[in-house]
Amino acid sequence: MSVELKQRVSVDEVWQWLGEVPDPEIPVVSVVDLGIVRSVDFSQDECVVTITPTYSGCPATAVIAIEIEEALRRRGLEKVRVQSKLSPAWTTDWIAQSGHEKLLAYGIAPPQNGATCAGGLVVNAPAACPQCGSKNVEEISRFGSTPCKASWRCTDCLEPFDYFKSF
Amino acid sequence: MQNSDRILLEGVTRMGDNTLILGQRLSAWCGHAPVLEEDIAIANVALDLIGQTKNWLSLAAEIEGENRSADDFAFLRDNREFRNCLLVEQVNGDYGQTLMRQFLFDGWHFPMLQALSTCTDDRIASIAQKSLKEVEYHRERSGDLVLRLGDGTEESINRMQRALDLLWPFVGELNQPDQVDIDFFTLIGADRALTIADQYKEYIEPIINRTALTLPADVPARKGGKQGLHMEDFGFLLAEMQWLQRAYPGAAW
Repeated sequence: MSVELKQRVSVDEVWQWLGEVPDPEIPVVSVVDLGIVRSVDFSQDECVVTITPTYSGCPATAVIAIEIEEALRRRGLEKVRVQSKLSPAWTTDWIAQSGHEKLLAYGIAPPQNGATCAGGLVVNAPAACPQCGSKNVEEISRFGSTPCKASWRCTDCLEPFDYFKSF
Repeated sequence: MQNSDRILLEGVTRMGDNTLILGQRLSAWCGHAPVLEEDIAIANVALDLIGQTKNWLSLAAEIEGENRSADDFAFLRDNREFRNCLLVEQVNGDYGQTLMRQFLFDGWHFPMLQALSTCTDDRIASIAQKSLKEVEYHRERSGDLVLRLGDGTEESINRMQRALDLLWPFVGELNQPDQVDIDFFTLIGADRALTIADQYKEYIEPIINRTALTLPADVPARKGGKQGLHMEDFGFLLAEMQWLQRAYPGAAW
């Protein structure tokens, strides 16, 4: 890292800026909340941000890379490179607690029971209806409006809702 | 190209062509499924498969080293160069037939990805690990629906049985490793892939046995796709999938 850049910007600061980059499909959470940003490094005077896709075909991934680059350029970083890394595969276990709270407030039930429950050993189901809080909920479909969500409904308030499925 | 690279290229292309062609077939359901939830589910499965295709065929292009991209592989190869098995290119038919094709494919796809996810080639292992999580959901859905429709009304049972009879002959090609598969699995240390047929049976049979459906008795396996010998409908599929790049070479968003 050049002396000048080092004086101006720290890795922590970059993380803080990335924390303000919204997910394009669920804008209440940031790309950091979702655990998509894996690392931030400086190589010479270039800022290298490593991201991982949530789902292989998620169309948001390409948009996220562009948004990260733009956000850092707006902060004055001239050389920014966003690279994608598949392994280790993204898991909902990387979604921060703050992310869980924001999802819930937005009307999306956050993932439950950890990613291992996707294997069917533990129930992969929302804890409660994000609208009324009732625990009487049922699955409509394992798939939903985006690859990361499943469709559920509340049998008390009868509202359908999205569940950010454990993955 | 070194012989080991040639083996890798062939194996990886087979994985990518299976997901590409099935993804393309499934995409045709978008807006046409019998219920909205299934429309969304099929589109999501197709999206996962196309995403996996991008990973597989990018790796194939990298191994080939001819400066081609995943898009070049998908849109600019001709009929005989595709290495997908015949099952995935079978026409959609009715919803039951599409679902049965998915069930028969997922039953293979899942243990295959499991075997590849612990192989010695990091590039292959990381694509397999990523795909495996997605395919777990695909398999859960198709297994669950085959159970319901195979044990549902007279109409649903008849349709599912018809689909099973029609598609079962294509399972052998999927299941039985040929010499190219064996070379590939051996090279990358994916030993469990060699016994994929046993794992397939252990998954498929208990589900079918819980329904009113009957597995067809020994039927000769229909093969050829893995060697590039496809069926008539495959030409129409390619024509639809590739026409834009053929008509307007290099067109981009």
